[in-house]
Parts: sequence; C-alpha cells; structure tokens
Amino acid sequence: MTDAHTAGPFIAAIDQGTTSSRCIVFDKDGRIVAVDQKEHEQIFPKPGWVEHDANEIWRNVQDVVAGAVSKAGITRDDIKAIGITNQRETTLLWDKNTGEPVHNAIVWQDTRTDALCKELGRNVGQDRFRRETGLPLASYFAGPKARWLLDNVEGLRERAERGDILFGTMDTWVIWNLTGGVNGGKHVTDVTNASRTLLMNLHEMRWDERICNSIGVPMQMLPEIRSSAEVYGEVTGGKLGDVLGGIPVASALGDQQAALFGQTCFAKGEAKSTYGTGTFMLMNTGGEAINSYSGLLTTVGYQIGDQKPVYALEGSIAVTGSLVQWMRDQMGLINSAAEIETLASSVEDNGGAYFVPAFSGLFAPYWRSDARGVIAGLTRYVTKAHIARAVLEATAWQTREITDAMTKDSGVELTALKVDGGMTSNNLLMQTLSDVLDAPVVRPMVAETTCLGAAYAAGLAVGFWTSTDDLRANWRRAAEWTPRMDAETRDREYKNWLKAVERSMGWLDDTNAEE
Amino acid sequence: MARNIQSLERAAAMLRLLAGGERRLGLSDIAAALGLAKGTAHGILRTLQAEGFVEQDAASGRYQLGAELLRLGNSYLDVHELRARALVWTDDLARSSGEAVYLGVLHQQGVLIVHHVFRPDDSRQVLEVGAMQPLHSTALGKVLSAYDPVAHSEVTEGERKEFTARTVCDTEDFESLLALTRARGYAADVEETWEGVASVAAPIHDRHRMPVGAVGITGAVERVCRKQEPGEPGDPGELRPELIAAVRDCARAVSRDLGASRF
Repeated sequence: MTDAHTAGPFIAAIDQGTTSSRCIVFDKDGRIVAVDQKEHEQIFPKPGWVEHDANEIWRNVQDVVAGAVSKAGITRDDIKAIGITNQRETTLLWDKNTGEPVHNAIVWQDTRTDALCKELGRNVGQDRFRRETGLPLASYFAGPKARWLLDNVEGLRERAERGDILFGTMDTWVIWNLTGGVNGGKHVTDVTNASRTLLMNLHEMRWDERICNSIGVPMQMLPEIRSSAEVYGEVTGGKLGDVLGGIPVASALGDQQAALFGQTCFAKGEAKSTYGTGTFMLMNTGGEAINSYSGLLTTVGYQIGDQKPVYALEGSIAVTGSLVQWMRDQMGLINSAAEIETLASSVEDNGGAYFVPAFSGLFAPYWRSDARGVIAGLTRYVTKAHIARAVLEATAWQTREITDAMTKDSGVELTALKVDGGMTSNNLLMQTLSDVLDAPVVRPMVAETTCLGAAYAAGLAVGFWTSTDDLRANWRRAAEWTPRMDAETRDREYKNWLKAVERSMGWLDDTNAEE
Repeated sequence: MARNIQSLERAAAMLRLLAGGERRLGLSDIAAALGLAKGTAHGILRTLQAEGFVEQDAASGRYQLGAELLRLGNSYLDVHELRARALVWTDDLARSSGEAVYLGVLHQQGVLIVHHVFRPDDSRQVLEVGAMQPLHSTALGKVLSAYDPVAHSEVTEGERKEFTARTVCDTEDFESLLALTRARGYAADVEETWEGVASVAAPIHDRHRMPVGAVGITGAVERVCRKQEPGEPGDPGELRPELIAAVRDCARAVSRDLGASRF
C-alpha cells in the first residue's frame, strides 16, 4: 500500500484547453494530488467563427494554479516545476510593450480562414506546404489565422513589421505571462505547437522563411522554437510571483501530443486514441517524419531537451462523443450519454443498420466535404437499440479506418491501442473497438493523460524523473479488452461499413457549397 | 374510514394545481386557490421544494413542478452512469490499495459486476465486467443485502450455498452479520467465497441515501488481512484498517459525486 501521496515533492501541470483551464498537481508516482478548473467564455461573433478572450484565459490560468496549489496544501518549496499543455493551433497576437492582445484569440475550430487557405493553395492545392510542414492547408492551423489578423486589424501589419507585435499559440501566451510578461517574459513555443502553425519546417525544426513569406507572416513576431521538455524560464511577477516565484516553467506540449506522452507511447509503433467529442489518434513513428499518402497529418510527437525529435502520425475523427450527444439532445433517445450503452446492450447486434456520422463531411482518411450523414441498411426490424449499437460501432469503425491508414503509411502494425477520454467508461464501445481492430485495447489507470504528459515532460526537464523508463514504471493498466469477434464476422461488418461510407459521399452537389 | 393526513392532501392538491403545461404560480395564487393561509401554504411548498418536487423561479419567486417528479417514474440509476461517475475514484482506489477494484449492483439473485479495475501490477488479468457473484458470501453482496431491502429479501429467501468452511449460511448468523455490516458501514469476505481470497466493500448511496451499489477491493488474503505476530491473540482474518479506510473513502466519493449533480 503506497498511500503516501501527500509527501512531496510535486509537479504542477497547466492544461489550457478549449473550454476550460485546469491545473493538476501530481506526485512522483503520477497520482493526482489536487485539481482546479475554470471554464472560459466561448465567443461566436459569426457562424463558423470562434474566439477566446486571452486576458480571461490568463486570469483563469493564474486562478487555477493558485487554486490547485492551495487545495494540495503545499508551498513553492514542494513544487519542482510547472508544465504546460494546451489547445492546439488557437492563435493570438499581442503588443509586447503593453502585454495587451490586439484581438481575441482565434480558436482552432474557427473556419474564417477557409477562403484564405484555398487562395494560398494557388494552383497546387491544399498540399502546397505538406512536404515541409506535414500539414494540408486547412483552416485549423495557426499561420493563416495570424495572416487574417494582420489583414483585418487596422494598423497591425505596420506594428508587426516594426517589431511591436508578438505571435503565439496558447502555450506561448501562458509561458510569456508566467515568466514576467512585459518585464522580460520568454517568447518561446515548443516543437509540437510549432508543428501546427503551417510555418515550421518539420525536418529542420525551424521557421520556414519561404512559407512565412507566402502566407504573409513577418518572422520577427514568431517565438523561438524550443524542445518540449526544458526550462524556458521561472515564474516571475504578477499574482503567481508571490505564491510560486522562482519555480521553473519546464514543458510545453500540444494537448494530443501531451496525451501521447502521458500514455508513455515512447516506442515506435505505440499509439494512443483519445475519445472525447471528437477523437484524436496519434502513433509514434520514431525519428522519422513519415509523409502521409492516406490523409493523415505528420506532426512532431515530442522532443526532450537536446535529444532528437520524435515524430507522429495523427488521424482525427470529427464526430464520436458528439454523436452520442446528438442521440441524447437532438433525438431524445437517451437521457444521459452513459445510457447509450444500456440501450445498445439490449440487443445482440446492429440489426443490419450502419450509421455514418459525416455531419460536416468525412475527415481522415477520405477528406470529402461533400459527404453528409447516413443511416444505411434500415428495415422494419431495426429498433432504436440497433441504432444505438450502430452509433457505438461508428466510432469503432472510424478508428479502424485511421489505424489502417497508419499501417499503410508507416508499415507498422498496431499491436495494442492505448485509450483515454470520457468514452472509455463505455465498456461495450471498448469491447467493440477491440473486436474491429483485432487488437487489445488498454485503458491506463490515470484518465488525465493530457495533464500527466505535461507534468512528465516538466519533471524530466528538472530531473524529478530521470528517464522515460521511470515514467513507464508509473504506467498502470486499469483495464484491457481483447478481441472476441471471429474474423469472418469482422470482415463482413467492415465491408458493410465501407458500403455505408460510400453512400454518404457526394450528397452535396457542389463541393464548395457550405452547409 | 381512517382520517387522511391533511397536510399530505394539501401537498397533493398543490402538485395538481402546478401540473399541466408550463405553469408557474405565486404563493398568493396557490394559497387563494386552495383556501389556505399564506403561512400554511408556504410551509408545505417549502417542504415540497426541499424534496425536489417543486422548484422556485429565482427571478419571479413563482413556483413550478420540480425535476424530481419526472424522475420518480423511472428513477433507477443507470448502471453505466454509475460506472462513468465511479471511474476516477475506483482508479485511485486500485492505485492506493494495490488491489483489484469491483463495483457491483443487485441483479436478480446476485451481484452483477458493472465495473472492474485491474490490480496495478503488470500481471495478466481478465476484465470481469458482466460476471455475477453470490449475494450471501461476497463483501459486495453482503453490503447490498445489508442496505437494500430488495437484496435482503432475495438473499434471505434464496439458497445460501456453502462455498468454503467459512461461508456463513445459518439464517440467524447471517442476519447478525448484516447488522454488523450496517453498524460498521462495510462488509468483509475472508475466504468465505474463494479459498485464499479476501475482500472488503462499502455501500454507494445516491442523494436520497438510497443504496445503489457497492464498491470494494479483492485480493490475496495474505495482502488484504493484517499479518499477525506468532501467538498474537485475536481474529486471524482481521482486515488491514488502511484498506477499509480506502474503500470507504472511495464509496463516499462516488456517493458524493452522485449527489452533487442533480441531473
């Protein structure tokens, strides 16, 4: 029995997320000691536009750090380092002399740069910068968002060219403020966040001058690119300076990369999948940046100090948990998300029904914006319970499509899938996932893998943990699901799923037509 | 005919008054409609409000039917909801105790395992979600039998099989075991179901103090029970107190979680 988690020292991790900011204090075994969390406002100025107030976010970050430290009942002497993980791609520009944002942050989901991205593709199309950046030209990524701000905030381009404006994703904003802000704050980002800007050369880990020019982002406003685990600076000044002054700020990782790190996917071929509203799957591809021909993204997984960077392939599924929410809120077939399992468990199979939730088109590996959702295979026999089953199977088959694409691109077969996120409490889904992947599905004992990843990286940077082997030793299996489906059924069901997917395509006549 | 209880009749009349559509009424309307003094009406409304049957709009001060009424008809707690709420707490219990954690609910004449967290060593273990355990001999079953009247009638009317020499089968002995469970707030199973295996469990309550399930740890008797010095007096099957505390903390945390959010 090792219930001595009140004994320090500790590592604190900040998760600056899309809907809230959180701080979790971890002990040396990776167990949670205290949590504090605060939501921030989602600002929707127009359809498709999503913004955050960066000042509100910084206030919340200070509050949750102070809150978590006070709940843990510890002082600055007990905390060895602070790490940061963040919503990726969300973009902010601010005045380096006043510390004031020049505009709300533009959130990753915001689609205002759609037209700009098409224009930037010129005659080449969305893969114009893929070889250098690993990314398609899509509205998520930060570079075009910065360009939009420079074009649309009056006088901003001149101020930027004079060198008064700083660019940052949320890691950069938080670190700059933590380390002193206008009084010598460190203007840095880490390789994983930089790899989501469309501005960084993935092979050299440097800003790509040619691409910055093409997109129209002055290089003098870009932060210095650093590794994911090293001391960037110390907590200085402000509200936190009094409580935590002097503590090293020692890691930054985009949220999905942090989850990969927290799941200790340190070896080539190890993969994690996070099941939330949407699903993000990342596979460690080791020291090699693998170019995807199957619609996946190539991204930096992490880089520890002066070691070589580790790359990853990423596949995202737009609609997973949100399909269950849709069944609850729009269809009213269930009262809570957990009840989908009760309903789905009341039947043996899907009754021949398949649900392709292409609500806003198909993402990886198809990338078809002309697709829309379909329920295929309906007969008089089908009940709401069969539909519930089809809902869960949709998440499983979409994961299968991503893993197939990863195997194709990397040549590495998936041996086991590590899962986290809210939907992992759904036992039927996890079993179905294992069945359709024909591989074990493993849930770790700490569900907070994102914060844990940031804590791990910060702890490595200051020697709190000595190696990734230390971290692996902390990893505990909470549950494991093994395949029970026979190969014949699996093949038949996969074929049916693919037929249903085909039927979702081409629903919109004009591929440029909006919703 | 026996006289009915007046205040219950009045409460029922109020609920009927508020029923139907999106009706909201002020205190004076309700009092006038039922011919009651305002003070009397307010007392009843306050009681109904405390039980969740009536809600008061913060801005207007008017009353409307409460969400609790909707729940009465189909008010059982979905077991998958229970698992989702218990997830973080049971993970932490496995971590702190070093043993496997099980969450069980009453199902027919036994305990249905709805959640299972592996023992945190790297050994091969098989997920036992969906398995059934006996009510009368396991710690989970005894907790359910002690707190849930339905489980109690199932276990007293059913057959109690003797799995090991330590299984308690005699009705009187079994009842006193349940009384002890209620008094202590937890139940134990030291080699009463499986040789060499011990477990300890505590009840999970919802916000009405209704027993909705039980959570416990199970492991080798050598680890779960206190090591005795040679010649030391006392029960050789004494559970380690820190494990009991960890299980009860977990049960309380899950119960708190179920009570914290009303819907």
